[in-house]
Amino acid sequence: MFSQFRYWKPYISPFDPCKPIRVKSYSTPPQLFMGFQPPGLPQFQTPHQALMHGTLWPALFSPYPDPKKGVKPND
Amino acid sequence: MFYYEKKLQYPVRVSTCNPMLAKFLIEQYGGADGELAAALRYMNQRYSIPNKVIGLLNDIAMEEFSHLEMIATMVYKLTKDATPEQIKAAGIADHYVDHDRALFYHNAAGVPFTATYIQAKGDPIADLYEDIAAEEKARATYQWIIDLSDDPDLNDGLKFLREREVVHSQRFREAVEILKEEQGKKKFF
Repeated sequence: MFSQFRYWKPYISPFDPCKPIRVKSYSTPPQLFMGFQPPGLPQFQTPHQALMHGTLWPALFSPYPDPKKGVKPND
Repeated sequence: MFYYEKKLQYPVRVSTCNPMLAKFLIEQYGGADGELAAALRYMNQRYSIPNKVIGLLNDIAMEEFSHLEMIATMVYKLTKDATPEQIKAAGIADHYVDHDRALFYHNAAGVPFTATYIQAKGDPIADLYEDIAAEEKARATYQWIIDLSDDPDLNDGLKFLREREVVHSQRFREAVEILKEEQGKKKFF
């Protein structure tokens, strides 16, 4: 399974005026990796679930903001 | 010809009276990467694109209009009962001066919508690559609006709209694959 976010560490200057954001992230949603959508991809259990997610297929669902934001890698 | 269904694609709820959010949302209404630009772009490109992907552009254009309607509803709900004082405090007094509480096709900085936001190059690959880029830019715009908004009900609708950009991007990428296929060529393995 691919991950939906990428993280990187920008350079931090000792003279930066604002409190530095040490780790920055960007979204890498599923359409970047899927190619042609494979046939018979599993769908959400109910139409309501699909509506709330905005797609019929869990494999195409992209969360935002990062659900792991603020969670340490070991947690 | 259009058929109109008198309901929104996804329910729009706004929990707090925060007219400043309307200022951010208007970017998706009349901005360069907004829903209007998307709908007009696809509905226009569709005429000169190869047959196999006309339907896709048409369907996505229709859905973009449904999204435009959702954004309009959000902006309207956030501003319809705002007092002039609240409008001043929200930083949208310059909009009020020209439009009262009416909606208008401009971006978050007040720049009016222009056709130069969209292109129809006639080259199918160039056009579809523009469409993929447009979906990714709209997705990013939704992310930045979600970052700025603290209204959970509004964010629910925005997350739905962001997910639709993801799905549209996927479909345009598949359209490129369809057009790349060598048609009528004998295949040897």
